[in-house]
Amino acid sequence: MAHFFLHTMIGQVILTVLEALAVLVPLLLGVAYLTLAERKVMAAMQLRKGPNVNGPFGVLQAFADAIKMITKETVIPSGANRFLFLFAPFLTFSLAMTAWAVIPTNDGWAIANINVGVLYLLAISSLGVYGVLIAGWASNSKYAFLGGLRAAAQMVSYEVSIGLVIVSVLLAVGSLNLNDIVLAQRHVWFCLPMFPMFIIFFISALAETNRAPFDLPEGESELVAGFFVEYSALAFGLFFLGEYANMFLMSGMVSILFLGGWLPPIGIAPFTWIPGPLWLIAKILFCLFVFIWVRATFPRYRYDQLMRLGWKVFLPLSLVWMVLTAGFLLATGLLPQGGAS
Amino acid sequence: MMTQIVFYVFATVLVLSAGMVVSARNPVHSVLFLILAFFNAAGLFLVAGAEFLAMILVIVYVGAVAVLFLFVVMMLDVRFAQMREGLQRYAPFGAAVGLVLLAELALAFSHWQVAQDIGSVPHVVAAPGRTNTAALGDVLYTHYVFLFESCGLVLLVAMIGAIVLTLRERPMGRRQNIDRQHERTVADTLAMMTVPLGQGVAANGGFRRPEQSYYIASVPGSYGVTAEPVPQGKPVDEAPKHGADNHGGLAQ
Repeated sequence: MAHFFLHTMIGQVILTVLEALAVLVPLLLGVAYLTLAERKVMAAMQLRKGPNVNGPFGVLQAFADAIKMITKETVIPSGANRFLFLFAPFLTFSLAMTAWAVIPTNDGWAIANINVGVLYLLAISSLGVYGVLIAGWASNSKYAFLGGLRAAAQMVSYEVSIGLVIVSVLLAVGSLNLNDIVLAQRHVWFCLPMFPMFIIFFISALAETNRAPFDLPEGESELVAGFFVEYSALAFGLFFLGEYANMFLMSGMVSILFLGGWLPPIGIAPFTWIPGPLWLIAKILFCLFVFIWVRATFPRYRYDQLMRLGWKVFLPLSLVWMVLTAGFLLATGLLPQGGAS
Repeated sequence: MMTQIVFYVFATVLVLSAGMVVSARNPVHSVLFLILAFFNAAGLFLVAGAEFLAMILVIVYVGAVAVLFLFVVMMLDVRFAQMREGLQRYAPFGAAVGLVLLAELALAFSHWQVAQDIGSVPHVVAAPGRTNTAALGDVLYTHYVFLFESCGLVLLVAMIGAIVLTLRERPMGRRQNIDRQHERTVADTLAMMTVPLGQGVAANGGFRRPEQSYYIASVPGSYGVTAEPVPQGKPVDEAPKHGADNHGGLAQ
């Protein structure tokens, strides 16, 4: 049996598909329940009840929403570019899924344990802007177009600081492999020595996923609903799922880069009993809770404030921190010497 | 075998989409085909085993450069009829430039000499356990560090040049001095007034604005009014002086 899966071509294909399903099915279930959790958590923060009709405590609400979304009619606006209009949500959704191929859930547990894992994640997340931009343009609508342009400018701006923060983490690790990055945090998680970068990365992740308080691309008070104003039914659903899957992905990146991935906080008995994947899931859920918490707490940024924060605050800060990290590592002789650790 | 099939798939799609970049009628479609071409080039790098270059190609060209292309092309209102009109006028020019380039390429290739033992030159990748990312870093930051740094300086000069050419102060739009905004306190923003019955706050078109933050701390000229503090606590009966503010029809 093991021979069939590991050494024949068909077996390997089947194995890869099974591995992908083992990641994607929990991810999609998680996305479905994240929408419910967001409504419940925000309701609790605002002294409301939230969805409580479908099933006990509203647990079936996610499926009710899904069925509603699927059975609605898909409306394609006249003058829209049909192919690109339908391609954009598909792109957003599939990119959010594709990135999970390299996320390690335990030591060596990744679908693809590649050498340039971080760069792959960066590449995939920088492609996310196309779904939004194409959707805005193909809708043939002013509001959608303005939303798309805003989103593109915002995501490109915050990618710069995300990239520089990742570089300072990589300096301390000496490898681009995500597995090595987690293993380098055996003794101390990077969120402690690099606390400012942790905060900058988290805030940039909020901006990168177009979440509140940086949800200007869909600012309903100015742009109706921003880039997806013309979308309905399943196409809208794909955007929705893609956005939440991106939140999962960004939380996963925060967990792996700064919160020690699958590693327990301290490597002693009661903590090491809990298996690694559960630690990773717990960290991701914690980050997602903070995402929702931020949304329920802060008002939306103005556009010039958003750009100022990205270019005039985060970019210089992360650049200076990168130079400081490199200097510190070189001065103390802690600089890791290339290659696999 | 498998590698060759993958290579030919990527290469075919790359050439086809490069052709579509030139021949697509809609400029936005052209840019999208360009992105497809970049992707397939990245795929070719992967087939060649240069995973670092492939990822950098996607991050830099697809993730940043092509986004800006798309941005500009989508914002421009391109008139196709006008373009076709221009095509006829500039066709001889284009053909001439193309011919010159072709001739130069032919000249270059006819004298192109390939070293005999190119395959046997030892690669810089020496240690077997080393990734090509590390090898690339060695070459770039150790052997060619001065060339690398001067590339960076050239890019810096280009960046400063672009900023100098395009940045100019325009007295339009509202701007906010962020430091002054942070210095604001409640006392600056809130003024308790006794308003006489039936008169209201007549100054400034019926609006009452915080002196410190609105008239004094705003960037001069950015509100379109002369920053002139209204006497505090005493409603003014005259016609509104600060007419041209942004709050609609009450002003004039």
